[in-house]
Amino acid sequence: MKQKSVAVVGAAETTKMGKIPDQSVIQLHADAALNAMADAGLKPSDIDGVATAGASPVELAHYLGITPTYADGTSVGGCSFMLHVRHAAAAINEGLAKTILITHGESGRSRVGAGGFGRNPASLMGQFEMPYGVTSPPTMFTIPVLRYLKTYGLTEEDLAMVAVIQREWAAKNPRASFKDPITVDDVLNSPMIAWPFRMLMCCLVTDGGGALILTSADRAKDFPQKPVYILGTGESVETPMVSQMEDFTSSKAFRVSGKKAFDEAGIKHSDVDHLMIYDAFAHLPLYGLEDLGFCKPGEAAAFIRERNTAIGGKLPLNTNGGGLSYMHSGMYGMYALQESVRQMRGIAPAQVPGAKISVCHGVGGMFAASGTVIFSNEA
Amino acid sequence: MDRALPTPTPETQHFWDGCKAGELRLQRCTECSKTYFPPRPFCPGCGSRAVEVYAASGKGVLWSYVINHRPRPDMGKDPHSIAVVKLQEGPTMMTNIVGCPQTPEALQLDMPVEVVFETFGETALPLFQPAKG
Repeated sequence: MKQKSVAVVGAAETTKMGKIPDQSVIQLHADAALNAMADAGLKPSDIDGVATAGASPVELAHYLGITPTYADGTSVGGCSFMLHVRHAAAAINEGLAKTILITHGESGRSRVGAGGFGRNPASLMGQFEMPYGVTSPPTMFTIPVLRYLKTYGLTEEDLAMVAVIQREWAAKNPRASFKDPITVDDVLNSPMIAWPFRMLMCCLVTDGGGALILTSADRAKDFPQKPVYILGTGESVETPMVSQMEDFTSSKAFRVSGKKAFDEAGIKHSDVDHLMIYDAFAHLPLYGLEDLGFCKPGEAAAFIRERNTAIGGKLPLNTNGGGLSYMHSGMYGMYALQESVRQMRGIAPAQVPGAKISVCHGVGGMFAASGTVIFSNEA
Repeated sequence: MDRALPTPTPETQHFWDGCKAGELRLQRCTECSKTYFPPRPFCPGCGSRAVEVYAASGKGVLWSYVINHRPRPDMGKDPHSIAVVKLQEGPTMMTNIVGCPQTPEALQLDMPVEVVFETFGETALPLFQPAKG
């Protein structure tokens, strides 16, 4: 895509976050959408493009009273919203729509109006993974990790350190679910979920949502908020089954998506001021730092241990506290995007001083898919 | 509660029939010789439809795993492994490691494992145990 030709002009999360037993999934989408429209000074009739995952774009458009000329229902897991941003930017450049709304809402904890986790026993996953007792992500996303640790001579303490440092960021964020400091010992003494993963290495399960509104850079100047420009984007998919990942120490979808985004943006890693890496589990920032090229293979754990990604470090990472401490409704990508936008607007609770470029990297499924968006606050 | 079991499709029937017959059946491309998994009637390496089914060795190594401490209701009450083995022929495959304690000490990466078929009603699942000799 063309650099900085499209901008985010509206961004908001749901009014409440965490435990929202009085709202269904579709209402969480709508609550976030209405907040984003208020942020951008728009009404539903001003929106001519919709994109969402979880709910269908048809459901979303009808519920909000929008008549779109563009609808994107790409649903590849928690990074779907990164792909929606990418597709929306291309669509705006192509004239398919002028003002595109992207929403997420999920009743991950309360399960109000939410579907089940059932999987078709005739699907490849139903045939070749389900019979062995996989349940939800804690028993699937985690499977490659012992191989990663053995390959690079790392231990569960390295996983624990990821959670410890992200909790430090969360402490600065009033909306974070968990704010109390934790130590490596606290993480290693938390209940065992699926060896080698303890509870504090796994994300939260919460209710919430978020929404973004995108338009062309030309129009963006007339909106009330500081525009946040799309500098580069990438996406890819690898496999619906974690057992079929090509390499258990690296995600092909991460590598392809990340490289595409960096190439489009025309930036070097040293240009990046702020980084979000979708952290459903503590190993994801390790894979992300390496697959995006910020660290060499096997060196991300030391990079984090040496506090490079912590407050005051050279590469602030997951500054909202991440899925491990901020919130995680199931499809966390939207919250990572929201934090990147806040950092680029200069209004984040743990603001990185002078940040000009933010990289936001998402994962979908269990290393199944990936999307990357690089933002800039300079026109 | 009954174990969650696969519903074979026309493309995978030979694999599940093989398990019932005590054979781990893989497919390979007769043009580029790649062995692949899961089953499909063409080669994911080169796209050729010229593929054949053959009986694999049933041997491999423990590639990675978790020990699930919150088992699904159909998996019993005790913590159990959910593992990926790397087969001698190349592909990786999800399974459970059986016939040894379900502990990190007993489940060492790269240890040799061999297939053992366990029957559940009309279905046999390919599980793996530490290789004997």
